[in-house]
Amino acid sequence: MLHFSKLKQAILWLIVLAGLLFALPNVLPEKIRGGADVQGSMPSFLPYKTVNLGLDLQGGTHLLYEVDVQSVKQAKLEAAADDARQFLRSEKPIIPATGFKINGDTVTFRLARPAQMEEALKRIKPINTVDQALSLTGGSKPPFVIESDPLSGKITLTLTKEALDKEIRDAVARSIEVIRQRIDELGTREPTIQRKGDDRIIVEVPGKSDPERIKELVGQTAKMTFHMLDTSVTIGEARAGRIPPGAKLVEGSNPSEPYVLIRRRPLVDGEDLVDSKPSFNQSGQPAVSFRFNGKGARRFGKATAENVGRRFAIVLDDRVISAPVINSPILGGSGIIEGGFTTESANDLSILLRAGALPAKLTVLDQGTVGAELGADSIRAGAIALIIGFVAVVIFMVLVYGMLGLISDAALIANVLLMMGALSALQATLTLPGIAGIILTIGMAVDANVLIFGRVREEYRNGKTPMNAIETGYAKARSTILDANITTLIAAVLLLQFGSGPVKGFGVTLAIGIITSVFTAFVFSRLLTSYWLFKTKPKTLPI
Amino acid sequence: MSFALSQYIPLGTKVPFVQMRFIAFGVSAVAIVVSMAAYLMLGLNFGIDFRGGSQLQIETQGPANLTKIRTIVSDLNLGDVQVQHFGSDSIVRIRIERQAGEGTEGANAQQAAITTVKKALDANIEGVTYRATSVISPKVSGELVNAGIYAVVGALICMLIYIWFRFEWQFSVGAVVALAHDVILTIGMFSISRLEFNLSIIAAILTIVGYSMNDTVVVYDRIRENLRKYKRMSLIDVLNLSINETLSRTTITSLTTLLALLSLFFLGGEVLRGFSFAMIWGVVVGTYSSIFVAAPILLILGVNRGEFEE
Repeated sequence: MLHFSKLKQAILWLIVLAGLLFALPNVLPEKIRGGADVQGSMPSFLPYKTVNLGLDLQGGTHLLYEVDVQSVKQAKLEAAADDARQFLRSEKPIIPATGFKINGDTVTFRLARPAQMEEALKRIKPINTVDQALSLTGGSKPPFVIESDPLSGKITLTLTKEALDKEIRDAVARSIEVIRQRIDELGTREPTIQRKGDDRIIVEVPGKSDPERIKELVGQTAKMTFHMLDTSVTIGEARAGRIPPGAKLVEGSNPSEPYVLIRRRPLVDGEDLVDSKPSFNQSGQPAVSFRFNGKGARRFGKATAENVGRRFAIVLDDRVISAPVINSPILGGSGIIEGGFTTESANDLSILLRAGALPAKLTVLDQGTVGAELGADSIRAGAIALIIGFVAVVIFMVLVYGMLGLISDAALIANVLLMMGALSALQATLTLPGIAGIILTIGMAVDANVLIFGRVREEYRNGKTPMNAIETGYAKARSTILDANITTLIAAVLLLQFGSGPVKGFGVTLAIGIITSVFTAFVFSRLLTSYWLFKTKPKTLPI
Repeated sequence: MSFALSQYIPLGTKVPFVQMRFIAFGVSAVAIVVSMAAYLMLGLNFGIDFRGGSQLQIETQGPANLTKIRTIVSDLNLGDVQVQHFGSDSIVRIRIERQAGEGTEGANAQQAAITTVKKALDANIEGVTYRATSVISPKVSGELVNAGIYAVVGALICMLIYIWFRFEWQFSVGAVVALAHDVILTIGMFSISRLEFNLSIIAAILTIVGYSMNDTVVVYDRIRENLRKYKRMSLIDVLNLSINETLSRTTITSLTTLLALLSLFFLGGEVLRGFSFAMIWGVVVGTYSSIFVAAPILLILGVNRGEFEE
């Protein structure tokens, strides 16, 4: 076991050298190693990636959002009810229907004349055509199961499980896009926005950041719509519960008008906005300017032309921002919103409008922020613990095993290099528990050598020559080392499976450390031992 | 270099470990009963990741006035509040109990609580800075508890199967009993000491399971080898011989691991202290259980020696 062919030696040294090269950028300043967009002074074929620091080490905010499945479902069902109503009235003769109700996964309504059932079913059929262009995740099964009762004229639309799942997937995908745009506006570096599970989104923003501000910017649905006011009843009557069909009571923008009654159907909605900027109105107050696309401009122009002298409301997330009187038709497709903004709130609203509305409500499930100072403290403490732990183990091994201890120390150094190299090359995230994993690995990595030396000692005391004792020691310890490390690896892999964030980082370093330590302590240290044996040909073993 | 302490480590010790099994089983049984009783009566001091709630780490200019901070936060009526120094005079950790409410409502309540606390601190303590904040909703904490239990149980089952394949069923039962012993004692220790039990402690327990298994496997490997080598030796002698032969390795590895862990405990900072403490405890308990629990159990279960014919 102590004979290594030239080729084998070369391969082993190359592996260690690769570890060194991949680990090296971590201690080089960016000027030398270069970065993603920085030209370094070392040759560019050399690895330049450094270890990815977790948020707990570099500081930053992470947020776990959950998409409100209920609101996705509700929106889909409301849209279906609206569509059904429209389709039934789309041609003459109009098919009157009443009693639109949303309950669980279904929309039900009743035809005034059950005899029109056949025609009604024909008209509402388009509800089940899937617009492939709008679908982000494919799938073309009809979203609704349509049931009808020809006797009573009742029609039931049931949203299928697959259709709902698809809606949720789409909602998550769209939310991720919207969140990314909003966060990019903050100008932070390298935010991570990812789907997690079926209905969750992880947002990670490294660096100095105010979690409250991120939450404010990300959490708002920011659905903006333009509605005509409904003046058929007074606000007092509406608040007493007499809300006319097709109208809706929403919160007003100022104390003198706490509630506003609007028509449910928007004139135009935020989807038709193409641009939005913070600006100022004529009196110099902060305001938000906006521009519609062609379709939005036409619809808004037509609506304002028909309603000169009346009021309309600009509604954001069911709250009126402002409700101006239409003085003249607004035909150019652009305008400004005044609503008692501060410079910052005007800026925020324009960001939100540019990025578009979230398709569903988001709830923060889990939020963590680590300040840069704490991160730096953690790195410092981790580094000190690592160095002291390392030195203590190195000294201990030399004291106990002398020359052989020195060899296992060399293997230990190679192990740390390989671990850092692997972490950098794989771009795994190093967290504070991850550093703990490295320190723990240092303590446990020498185990393989301890096992081997224990065997060597027994063989040597039994009268074998140093060469023979070492040879047999390595051979006999092999299966034990494998068994012992595989069981630890099982534990590490389970940590990876379940761990979130920092704890996962621990699993990563532990798993990598187990693999590299088997290589360094069993293979690489054997190579070093063979050099020592063949060079010095010791007559006795100090063991 | 001809000096090495290992020369002074005796070989061929003959400590009758297995004969001490009754004392060891007694000690272990008492420890397990105490641990379980403590767990049932006192429960665990769960961190916010396991029960929901929020936590802040703040830094004040100059030494922090804990009483004042406690009053400010308690006046907000957010339920149970814990305020304590965290590694330094000017650093304080504030833990706010989980706010009532389930699902989305619960999640929003936790968020509202921390915003309120921050506002109150900003208004009343000059120059306060936030080193870290963390808010966990009951929904996520519930999931984390389950995930933690699955991971630990999953690890035990995987090891049971692995050892079964590599050895015999008696060995895998012995190993898993020893592991369960370590896990129970660790949980008991956390229950009695009232140290915070959080996600990183689950990581520690999994690592303890791995480490203790590692120790057990080394002893078992030697037992298997000696069963083949000394066919006529009685099982009890084979067990004792094997434990003694691996004793120096067991001790030295435990020492190097403890060296690394002690460094982590004393120098690694406040955040990792609970984790490194659990690991130190686990290494000690795991080493003990490999010698005094895992090996003697084989004597009780018996080993089919015919299996070890080559």
